[in-house]
Amino acid sequence: MDLPANDELSDYQYRQLLTKTKCFACVGVSANPLRPSYFVIRYLALAGYRVIPVNPAHAGKTLFGEQVVADLASIPKGAEPDIVDIFRRPKEVPAIVEEALSLFPNLIAVWMQIGIKCPEAATLARSKNVIAIQDRCPKIERQRLFGELRMAGFNTRVISSRLKI
Amino acid sequence: MSDGTSYGFDTLQIHAGARPDSDTGARQTPIYQTTAYVFRSADHAAALFNLQEVGYIYSRLTNPTVAVLAERISTLEGGIGGVCCSSGHAAQIMALFPLMGPGLNVVSSNRLYGGTVTQFGRTIHRFGWSAKFVDTENLEEVDAAVDENTRALFCESIANPGGYITDIEALAKIADKHGLPLIVDNTSATPFLCKPIDHGATLIVHSTTKYLTGNGTVTGGAIVDSGIFDWSANDKFPSLSQPEPAYHGLKFHETFGPLAYMFHGIAVGLRDLGMTMNPQAAHYTLLGIETLSLRMKKHVENAEKVAAWLEKDPRVESVTYAGLPSSPYYDRIATVCPKGAGALFTFAVKGGYEACVKLVDSLEIFSHVANLGDTRSLIIHSASTTHRQLTPDQQRAAGADPNVVRVSIGIEDPDDLIADLDKALTAATS
Ligand SMILES: Cc1ncc(COP(=O)(O)O)c(C=O)c1O
Repeated sequence: MDLPANDELSDYQYRQLLTKTKCFACVGVSANPLRPSYFVIRYLALAGYRVIPVNPAHAGKTLFGEQVVADLASIPKGAEPDIVDIFRRPKEVPAIVEEALSLFPNLIAVWMQIGIKCPEAATLARSKNVIAIQDRCPKIERQRLFGELRMAGFNTRVISSRLKI
Repeated sequence: MSDGTSYGFDTLQIHAGARPDSDTGARQTPIYQTTAYVFRSADHAAALFNLQEVGYIYSRLTNPTVAVLAERISTLEGGIGGVCCSSGHAAQIMALFPLMGPGLNVVSSNRLYGGTVTQFGRTIHRFGWSAKFVDTENLEEVDAAVDENTRALFCESIANPGGYITDIEALAKIADKHGLPLIVDNTSATPFLCKPIDHGATLIVHSTTKYLTGNGTVTGGAIVDSGIFDWSANDKFPSLSQPEPAYHGLKFHETFGPLAYMFHGIAVGLRDLGMTMNPQAAHYTLLGIETLSLRMKKHVENAEKVAAWLEKDPRVESVTYAGLPSSPYYDRIATVCPKGAGALFTFAVKGGYEACVKLVDSLEIFSHVANLGDTRSLIIHSASTTHRQLTPDQQRAAGADPNVVRVSIGIEDPDDLIADLDKALTAATS
């Protein structure tokens, strides 16, 4: 797919990205069911993605059928992520993005969650032909684009007269 | 599929939120007349109740027909999402509910629908909430009214009973300065005439009973969130920024980001207050909203004609319609509601209270009803009806003096409306 030059992916590009992606690595997930990151990985796993939780504090535990790993380097062969989804403070983002870019040559995107922005890491990723998204949530975008937020009256910006889109 | 934001108003008022029914291909939005929805599994049910997934549970919370309307209205307003409810008054309570608590107040314009003056001035005291009414032409007074217990500013875009256009941007600046949301009742203007979010509003409320439905069939309300207010910037909004005890300690803002206010509106507001819109009502409003822009253009065109005629008539003392160049608020049209000043206004009849009552009784096309925003032209003597519970001072502030009648100009032939008024004015003043 085309590489967007900034955060402004079109809905078509988001849809492509979320359809093509098979595996997420989620850095900084919590094992507390009330935390936002837990909501996100639970949702992504139920939606059919493979989700590799990354958090040294919980390494070895199992979340949604996958072993939690301590860091990106510990992700086993065959579980290389298409998207690295980041739940860490902005100052920790550059190191995570650098590591992701060096470990995963087929990486499609680095994704910083709502409230997280790190323009230098985003620029670095784009310089390696990797999509960078800041201050957004893959759960919300997927729910918006694939009809779920419609059920709660959100403005999905999806307009179509077709039965299947 | 395309990015819907690029479509024009006329397209969105027909298509936003609605898609062909995936099972039947039905093109018009079906009326999903059901109370409950079958869960896929126990896990699915648990995820829905935990708000980890979005889906239908029970129609007090969400319903597919109602959801289409909520998305339609929020799209037309340019918001992030909407919640529909049982009436405009319900929308006002639901809008304030996540923000308020005992001892807290809302600073509100005094130019309001009379029912709102009563709701804010009296009834909300039962919840321990209060309202401070201010003259929004005096921005210093507005600013000074905000205290440490204020949780929102409130105004109507084009105020009922008419003739006044609020400088929304000026109020939004004051709200911003104090870290508070501005709530705008956009009932009388509709998003076709006015887009409060573009002027800095945080939340919008509607009585969908009026122009959005457009034909006087059902009551309903809606709340739209702009999605841009930072509920966690200070500690004033614990229902959204702190663990919500009414939802097993969930922090709504942290968990749902810009969707927090709307999720709270459904998961706590509708769940616990139960002011739900029913799918039949949503159906009627969806039918109406498809022609909103066409109707509003004609409402405004007719209102301009009728108001201009009345202003020249010697039996009429004054006309307060912001669409008349003589109005002190005429200059605000260009910025606040560039497509027109609406179709709601008042006029004072020579002969006072008695003449007003006689006028109302002598009309043949205008209907004497307590409503507005119908295709039919409507008239009411506010002082003896909708604004009856108000003190004389409040009546004056709201523009509902005893010698004025309020009209909601419909989309009939304007010459017939003028002839009807002409005949009735003769009867009233002879
Ligand atoms: C501006 C405005 N807001 C709110 C309301 C209340 O709406 P409802 O009658 O649907 O409760 C009205 C009703 O007249 C109104 O004119």
